[in-house]
Amino acid sequence: MASPTDINIDYVANLARLALTDQEKEIFSRQLGDVLRYIEKLGEVDVSQVEPTAHAFPVFNIWADDVPQPGLPVDVALQNAPVQRDDMVVVPVVVE
Amino acid sequence: MSSDLIFKSAAELAALLEAKQVSSVELIRAFSSRTKAVDGRVRAFNSFDEAGALDQARISDARRAAGQARGALDGMPVGIKDVIAVEGQPLTASSRMLADFISPYDATVTRKLKDAGAIPWGRLNMDEFAMGSSTENSAFHPTCNPWDLERVPGGSSGGAAAAVAAGEAPLALGSDTGGSIRQPAAFCGVVGLKPTYGLVSRYGLIAFASSLDQIGPLARTVEDAAMLLGTIAGHDPQDSTSFSTPIPDYRAELKRRRGPWKLGVPKEYFGAGLDAEVGGAVNAAIGFYRKAGCEIREVSLPLAADYAIAVYYIIATAEASSNLARYDGVRYGHRSKEATDAIDLYFKSRAEGFGPEVKRRIILGTHVLSSGYHDAYYLRAQKVRTLIRNDFMRAFQEVDALLAPVAPTAAFKQGEKSSDPLAMYLSDIYTISLNLAGLPGLSVPCGFTRGGLPVGLQIIGRPYQEADLLAIAHAYEQGHDWHTKHPEL
Repeated sequence: MASPTDINIDYVANLARLALTDQEKEIFSRQLGDVLRYIEKLGEVDVSQVEPTAHAFPVFNIWADDVPQPGLPVDVALQNAPVQRDDMVVVPVVVE
Repeated sequence: MSSDLIFKSAAELAALLEAKQVSSVELIRAFSSRTKAVDGRVRAFNSFDEAGALDQARISDARRAAGQARGALDGMPVGIKDVIAVEGQPLTASSRMLADFISPYDATVTRKLKDAGAIPWGRLNMDEFAMGSSTENSAFHPTCNPWDLERVPGGSSGGAAAAVAAGEAPLALGSDTGGSIRQPAAFCGVVGLKPTYGLVSRYGLIAFASSLDQIGPLARTVEDAAMLLGTIAGHDPQDSTSFSTPIPDYRAELKRRRGPWKLGVPKEYFGAGLDAEVGGAVNAAIGFYRKAGCEIREVSLPLAADYAIAVYYIIATAEASSNLARYDGVRYGHRSKEATDAIDLYFKSRAEGFGPEVKRRIILGTHVLSSGYHDAYYLRAQKVRTLIRNDFMRAFQEVDALLAPVAPTAAFKQGEKSSDPLAMYLSDIYTISLNLAGLPGLSVPCGFTRGGLPVGLQIIGRPYQEADLLAIAHAYEQGHDWHTKHPEL
């Protein structure tokens, strides 16, 4: 597995929508570099004929009946909203 | 006398309740009194609502007086790890991201507890978003091991294990993604069980790694764990990964299933890195089973020992990076006041709301899923996961269950591992592989170090065979008196 063990931390933090300080970038790069170097050992394993396991005991085609059920009332659903008005969550402008 | 009640088993308390020798109100007062007396030092709880619990206790006592008691757990307090939803109570995952969040609904396990008459008791501290093995990653405060307050209780269900060990609750619910029930149970000298993946509904459990997470019981005896497991287990249409399988009466099966059993000992789990005293206690437990007539066979799990940690820290962090994307400051949770626009809102709310370990894992998980790295890391890890699972299935062709340590050491000191994330990750070596393989496992106390720290024996079972797992643990427990020992607080 010839993957570099350095994370492009700016790129990844941007994907993850995390604003990191310069200090965090430096510390996390180093710590995660150690972890990635450790993880390199997975390259030793022969996985050529192996199927991936996403789910230890898979269940398939789990259907729900198409019957409407009550959901959370609006006021309950909004009770943890940081800012709300008129039964809506208020957010910064997205589109001018 | 309340000090007599707090260390009785839940089974004993249930008998007292049924015989009306104690009321649920008295129980709540006893545990509340104990919590107030010791939690200033143990710090197991993030919060607890004594008044609310007393209300529920009065309702339970009235039911019982009217001849309508609902069963063994009616009126019983059950501590809840602060990662499981209870309507109207805080649901913080011990994170600043959710510090002010009040759950608008009950988790399925909460509803099952309430239907049984049990009383959710407080919000128990944990590593933030269940990421950690010491409860030091809680954004609020660390929890202290009741056996030695300078040491960690383990994690991430550290609050749950400490509360049960310290007599602050007779039972608790925790969650286990890589060992987070079993390891704190071992460090705190209590019983902790992670069910087979799919046995217990995850609806209402704050998701960390969806293919690994399970909710499970912590208790002071195996019978108590069986009682609690029986209440929370079962198929749930609201969790599409939950399994349809008949749920046995685990408590009744404990007494019925006597063995002898064929037990496997994975040779790779007893090598370098295992503390001598821990290994000694676990080996003594194996000796007990041998003397009791069980056949003990050496088995081999070559891939689990070498690769499980690497596989786990790819899969769990990848799944976490996806599950934690919902915390964006928009509909709930912490919203930054510094944001300049909508996207900046995400960046800053997440930066302010998440602690360092959570950030590390989100970054690692995002990296291993990102374009150019997904096949080399995530896909490869999923394939090695198949091979690890095959190791266990091969072992189970020869034996009924496996015996192993839970952790390489007993409880370590606060701060000892917190500056080296990789060292902390490596301490999960014996527990992690079960989550990858979906297997059930429990920790049962099997002794103490010379320094007085508890040691746990891990028993690993076949999928959906928790009844056997509990019976095997019960047989060991009843041949010893570890469960009668309590910390001096």
